Amino acid sequence: MSPLAGQLINLFAAAMLLLAFAMLSQRRVLTLIHLFALQGATLVASTAVVGYATHQPHLYLSAGITLALKVFLIPWLLHRVINRLSVRWDVETLINIPATMLIGIVLVIFAFNIAAPIAQLSASVARGTFGIALACLLLSFMMMITRSKAVPQVIGFLAMENGLFFAAVSATYGMPMVVELGIALDVLVGILILGVFMFQIREQFDSLDIRHLEKLKED
Amino acid sequence: MLGALSQILEILVALVLAPLLLGWVNQWRAWLQNKSGPGVLQPYRLLHKLFLKDAVVAEHASPLFRAAPYVVFGCMTLACGIIPTLSTDLPLSPAADAIALVGLFALARVFISLAAMDVGTAFGSLGARREMLIGFLAEPALLMVLFTAALISHSTSLTTIVDTLAHRELAIYPSLAFAGVAFTIVSLAENARVPVDNPATHLELTMVHEALILEYSGRHLALIEWAAALKLFAYSCAGLALFFPWGVAQADAPLALLVATPILVLKLAIGGVALAVLETLSAKMRIFRVPEFLATAFLLAVIAMLVRILLQA
Repeated sequence: MSPLAGQLINLFAAAMLLLAFAMLSQRRVLTLIHLFALQGATLVASTAVVGYATHQPHLYLSAGITLALKVFLIPWLLHRVINRLSVRWDVETLINIPATMLIGIVLVIFAFNIAAPIAQLSASVARGTFGIALACLLLSFMMMITRSKAVPQVIGFLAMENGLFFAAVSATYGMPMVVELGIALDVLVGILILGVFMFQIREQFDSLDIRHLEKLKED
Repeated sequence: MLGALSQILEILVALVLAPLLLGWVNQWRAWLQNKSGPGVLQPYRLLHKLFLKDAVVAEHASPLFRAAPYVVFGCMTLACGIIPTLSTDLPLSPAADAIALVGLFALARVFISLAAMDVGTAFGSLGARREMLIGFLAEPALLMVLFTAALISHSTSLTTIVDTLAHRELAIYPSLAFAGVAFTIVSLAENARVPVDNPATHLELTMVHEALILEYSGRHLALIEWAAALKLFAYSCAGLALFFPWGVAQADAPLALLVATPILVLKLAIGGVALAVLETLSAKMRIFRVPEFLATAFLLAVIAMLVRILLQA
């Protein structure tokens, strides 16, 4: 493996982490979608570089699927959804950003500590980035927890899938093709169903705030 | 002997070039906003005018008020002296490392804030409080940036850091990229530049740095303005030394000192234009958004450190 490939993988991993934090702290829905597409593009680039460095042609295919799905199709679908729901310029004001970021830093340290022994078992060229993948996963998870609107939660869910995919690539050069295709299809169907859900939620409560869903439980 | 020479040369260059850098940035800001601008020499004219004028001091001012400008000016001159801008062979540098550099900036900030509160005007205390708010948020981020560079070179001494960074082979360091962005944010906040404070305004609601020095006049004001220019110069040089360290003369290459000065001027000129562009593109933010802005810097600096530890990159 050339040193440049290793540096590029590290660079893309760092960019993934940065984008995860940017998404965590972003208030605007539109910018959130752009950030998500950018994270997808970073994922594509790093997968392609890992594929090139280790001569694993199937990684190019995964990169291609990711490119089509997460950089073009899903952001386009999300754009359509927020246009139809007319929440394009929606701004969330509820979260305390500095505190969220500090908790995010703690999560990153936690993830790095957990990942260190696992990464040592792996023989992958990108094993160092496993901790970052885990951190991206936890940060997206936290984004889902802190947000109260439906669209950012869905984006958090999708970003979590990005983190998972990145972890798979960095630890074991990706999952078997069947699994990858299955997950890709799942995510696509998931976003379609969640899109329908969002319309239903708004129909029911006149708002996309999912805290209204608490009213559904029976006393 | 050569070390002493480069030390003296470095401080002299800082004292002479600092107002020019400020003028250069202001001139570019004016050009970018379609104005003709006051000319790059304007800060010198201002200093000349202020040094000729009489200093007026408030009746109830304590000796601290008179001493503060000299302390601030001394701190900034010393800071410019220990940052390796021209050469890494500096006799002063063993006396103060990266942490002491942050301490020097803090000392200057404490004195100017105390002096602002000393006379007892409303604007002075308001400015002092805001300055301390920004300072206490910017300082940890600055320390983290310096620690990231220190982790790479295994030393907190500034000359060792610059030596190591200048001698590494060309490689992509994501940690340094993050640290660079964090450092940019911190320097914008610390030097009262646009997203945080507008140096060209005297609007009560927004001013921070101008509110601090409202009571000063004559030679005191001149020293403080000069110190502000030196601070900008010091931060620019620290940024260049950490992230673009090429062209700094090494201890064993005396002739490189001759080459180092034009390279420094060139780098500063480019950096000044970049600063002006950055300032023109961004809007002044509300004072209550500043903690968020600086929390971002702290976050980036911590990520830089973590990435450095995890990826060794």
